Amino acid sequence: MSKSKVALVAALTAVVATASLVVTAVGSAKQHDVFKAAWIYVGPHNDGGWSQAHDEGRLAVVKALGSKVETTYKENVPEGPQVSQVIDSLVKDGNKIIFATSFGYQDAVLAAAKKYPTVDFEMATGYKTATNMADYYGAGEDAIYLSGMAAGAATKSGVVGYVVPFAIPEVIRHTNAFALGVQATHPGATVKIVWTNSWFSPATEKKAAQSLKAAGADVIGQNVDSPSAGQYSESAGLPWVGYDSDAQKFAPKQWLTGAVYNWGVYYIPRVKAAMAGTWKTGSYYGSLSDGFTKLAPFGPLVSSATKAAIATKLAALKAGTFDEFAGPLYDQAGKLRVPAGKKLSLGDLMAIDWLVKGVQGSPKG
Amino acid sequence: MNNSILVVVLASAVTYGTPLLYSALGELVAERSGVLNLGVEGMMLVGAVMGFWAVQTIPGPGPLVLILSVGVAAIAAGLMALIHAFLVITLRANQIVSGLALTIFAGAGGLSSYLGNDLNLADAPAKHAFGAFFPHGMQTLPVLGPIFFEQNALVFVAWVFVAGVAFYLARTRPGLNLKAVGESPAAADAMGINVTRYRYIHTVVGGAFAGIGGATFSLAITPQWVDGLTQGAGWIAIALVIFAFWRPALCLVGAYFFGAFAGLPFTLQARGVTIAPELFQALPYVMTILVLVTVSAAGARRRLGAPGALGTPYVREER
Repeated sequence: MSKSKVALVAALTAVVATASLVVTAVGSAKQHDVFKAAWIYVGPHNDGGWSQAHDEGRLAVVKALGSKVETTYKENVPEGPQVSQVIDSLVKDGNKIIFATSFGYQDAVLAAAKKYPTVDFEMATGYKTATNMADYYGAGEDAIYLSGMAAGAATKSGVVGYVVPFAIPEVIRHTNAFALGVQATHPGATVKIVWTNSWFSPATEKKAAQSLKAAGADVIGQNVDSPSAGQYSESAGLPWVGYDSDAQKFAPKQWLTGAVYNWGVYYIPRVKAAMAGTWKTGSYYGSLSDGFTKLAPFGPLVSSATKAAIATKLAALKAGTFDEFAGPLYDQAGKLRVPAGKKLSLGDLMAIDWLVKGVQGSPKG
Repeated sequence: MNNSILVVVLASAVTYGTPLLYSALGELVAERSGVLNLGVEGMMLVGAVMGFWAVQTIPGPGPLVLILSVGVAAIAAGLMALIHAFLVITLRANQIVSGLALTIFAGAGGLSSYLGNDLNLADAPAKHAFGAFFPHGMQTLPVLGPIFFEQNALVFVAWVFVAGVAFYLARTRPGLNLKAVGESPAAADAMGINVTRYRYIHTVVGGAFAGIGGATFSLAITPQWVDGLTQGAGWIAIALVIFAFWRPALCLVGAYFFGAFAGLPFTLQARGVTIAPELFQALPYVMTILVLVTVSAAGARRRLGAPGALGTPYVREER
């Protein structure tokens, strides 16, 4: 290295060091007495799907509690060793409640809950709890069932494609609900599934939708997070059922509807409780009734007869007079899994590993 | 017939191979000058985000806006490559370190994410997108319909690029000079070729190609912007250059081959064939490793066409 270059490097180092000092100073000036809450997302905060729905919940907290709370989020956090590091840094930054919003974070969150007993942890879609770690999710399957009804009404060939991420109970439960909804409006229909092995992967989701169309599907549904299968459906002229967020703008003609979540319903009271020191662990399971989950607005292809049929089922689900997982339910091989008069309990649904009759594809991914 | 596995896989090979083809071709041009640029992924992402920004911002008729947007993507990524060129050619920094730094700086979680979020590009479909280039009637033709007529204009432009680069390298004076610079910069210098200028130009042009590769995602394949939407395609493109033995025509074959591999597991799944998806997703990389091992033997490396001076800075005094 020549002399001039040494000087250049030294100058650069000095600039960077000064800049970081300035940044630290600004950061510490902001340290006043506000309550800090943090969210961890598996995709970008504006993914047009799952993570975006969580971020809208975070913004609902900001709106409800204003300057009393300071929220942050970490996005694109993979379900791996990075989760622990992200949690460590969030705790170090003074966050007192942390919402982890993807299933694969669970074990890292449980470990962190042990490590940081004074921080409240919230694990979305999980099933493990601790004194300072709660679980939360909700009956997305009920809204997904209703969205499946729209797909069933739209299919002519009787084959509906469904793009699915990982073979875990949550997704299998949703797939079953979707298929049962399809069959409610199109008896005997099949639902073909393709696993993408990723929650959020736009190009892969498009590939999956393309392959489903080539295999005979004339309606596409999804349990993955990006709207790219919808963009493909729009260009290929296939009706599309979305998921997580109202994504009609990505497929204005072909959008049918989609199950969506309102996480704010849960986030606001939980952050309030944590601020007041009254936070307690638990397992929340939201529903159509408390506004946690609902159906997004319908697109132009949905007929009024279909809308009426969905409205009837929605009322019955809310009233508790209908349960999509009531028997008789058969599995893919035609074996009776749930006899008439019985239904799957929440516990069964949380561990479900078999697909209902009419679904084509492996429940193992 | 158009829904048979073979046709579907070939069609997806062409669609998903195209961004790889642009980026690999760009990397090939840079490497032929002796500059290895591992920043392809970062440059693709900057191209993707800036191309998408342009398509949302520039007013005018769709086709014109799309052409301009591809240009914006190319320029933006070319500027990224210019950073790399300055570091490795003028400052003679380590090419591997600088390239990696470029991907980290420009890629997912870096500049491209900052631009996309700051310009508010997420959660909106592209105002214009590259759709099928040929009329609808031709798309339903057997076999050729899905493989050829359903494709977008960028697919066909890529073929022109392949032919252009091949012709440039084999038949033009600057192309021959470029190869001399990549093989033996000292000899090229003695011949009166400006090594520095050649390396700068071809590194930047290579970056511009990667930008078009990135824009192929945000303007054609998935016409939207999301953080990190290329999902590692840049790395495959780098491997492809080796896979193609630094030859443009083989780049085309390799890119479509990788494209086919990317689509095959889903096509099989939809037909009820389940294979461990991890296995299929790993296959392109297994192939890459095999090719790398094969070409790494020093003798094979030269025979197969690796530029002799690849990865080494040129210092005239140390000749």
